[in-house]
Amino acid sequence: MAEKIVLSKKDRMAVCWRHQFLQGSWNYERMQNGGWCYSIIPAIKKLYPNKEDQIAALKRHMEFYNTHPYVSSPVMGVTLAMEEERANGAPIDDVAIQGVKVGMMGPLAGVGDPAFWFTMRPILGALGASFAMSGNILGPILFFVLWNVIRYGFMWYTQEFGYKVGTSITQDLSGGLLGKITQGASILGMFVIGALVQRWVSITLTPVVSTVANDEVNIIDFSTFDGSGESLRDILVQYDGGKSLYDTRSTTLQDNLNSLTPGLLAVCLTLFICWLLKKNVSPIVIIIGLFIVGIIGVLCNFM
Amino acid sequence: MNIITVLLIVIVAFLAGMEGILDEFQFHQPLVACTLIGLVSGHLTEGIMLAGNLQLMALGWANVGAAVAPDAALASVASAIIMVLGLDGATASESVISTSIAVAVPLSVAGLFLTMICRTLAIPIVHIMDGGAEKGSFKTIEIWQYIAIAMQGARIAIPAAILCFVPSDVVTAALQAMPAWLSDGMTVGGGMVAAVGYAMVINMMATKETWPFFALGFTVACIQELTLIGLGVIGVALALIYLTLKESGGSAGSASNTGDPLGDILNDY
Repeated sequence: MAEKIVLSKKDRMAVCWRHQFLQGSWNYERMQNGGWCYSIIPAIKKLYPNKEDQIAALKRHMEFYNTHPYVSSPVMGVTLAMEEERANGAPIDDVAIQGVKVGMMGPLAGVGDPAFWFTMRPILGALGASFAMSGNILGPILFFVLWNVIRYGFMWYTQEFGYKVGTSITQDLSGGLLGKITQGASILGMFVIGALVQRWVSITLTPVVSTVANDEVNIIDFSTFDGSGESLRDILVQYDGGKSLYDTRSTTLQDNLNSLTPGLLAVCLTLFICWLLKKNVSPIVIIIGLFIVGIIGVLCNFM
Repeated sequence: MNIITVLLIVIVAFLAGMEGILDEFQFHQPLVACTLIGLVSGHLTEGIMLAGNLQLMALGWANVGAAVAPDAALASVASAIIMVLGLDGATASESVISTSIAVAVPLSVAGLFLTMICRTLAIPIVHIMDGGAEKGSFKTIEIWQYIAIAMQGARIAIPAAILCFVPSDVVTAALQAMPAWLSDGMTVGGGMVAAVGYAMVINMMATKETWPFFALGFTVACIQELTLIGLGVIGVALALIYLTLKESGGSAGSASNTGDPLGDILNDY
């Protein structure tokens, strides 16, 4: 009996590296098929020495494929295991391989999108942005390094995991773990989004609701100012003590809303946009609409 | 701008364009792209500040299924170049940054159309790859994969290069010609635009079970002392607690009547 052909760690690393370019030839016809075929080439070269087998393998990996680019890694791992068995004579046909790919890509994309695009990127992005807005270089560096370490680590270890457990991965993932990861990611995501809406969606209404005259004792007495540092200090002390600079105290509509809860308008706006999106209004239209509202708001002096 | 700066900007733009489709290294995210353009053009601090502001707007922009999100790559690269041109033309940095943010939005729409064109052009490319598979030619598949990626890079690099050759006084004049109501309105609108990204995320994840966590996040965030890292820790803890309780709650329910000692005592009376 001929010696078993196995994929070495080096082969698997080559596949994993190429797998990063999965979406390069993304197309409306078969989506990620070209990138998938490109990624698996090192394995095909190793497993099938003869030309006909190589052609057959390349053709079967040019079939339709589309999932989230990172969670594609466990699918790749399983496919590598199956191709290896097949090259060693196991009766695995094209349908079985395509079936596993298609069977895994759907549910896994359902995990990848919320976990990476809607939990990790908003969180790391917001973290980075909060440093960056004050011009701190740490923000971009933190985002870039953390993201790529997590991403490549995830891709390599899940591919290895898929390769080791082979076809049993599909059962394993459907046994609750997948659902738990999705749910955990959604909970964390919703929590953080709630926080971000409060912190970073800014709407300020400027209309003045009421103007009340300040009590005489609460107004800083400017009459003592004679240009010397000492009198300036005296005024600043009064200001620090909470005295007002003006004769009247005005309350804006925003102050009233803030006393209900800060960010109330922001959350209302966000929920309204959620509803619009559900009604299939394009995000681009909404964005342009918000700018128009902003301009009108400034022109009419209410924002 | 001298020729080396332009060249470096075009390289950054090329990387951003590649990443706009690959979505791996994140060169297309404003946080990375604007910082790099700021770095190569000598306006690092302003670049980082623009990066932070744009990133907040783009937090929820992601391509999911059939939904097409605004294109972060062209938005971040082009608005960073406009910012650099404005700064070179000696416009005050604050107003340049806020107008650059405003122009980013129409640019992200333009980028979207370019992406769609590239994704259509990729169809004949995979047909050539099919031909390669037919003949067992690994080289054909590999080369056309690289060509497809390069096409996506060029999608951003070409507009970036063109933009670099617009004289900076033209950009400055355009920026200064903008009336105050327009730029102020854009700033106000920009403050609200972040909500669109968040709404996209919410629609993706919201279920009956997760809405309470949104409410918690919203109210807890009013405590200004909590940093984002702190909020993240609370979020992770809540998720873990919820999952654990849900699991034990499910098993306790099936373990029937002994699960509630107080109830048993009361029943005995």
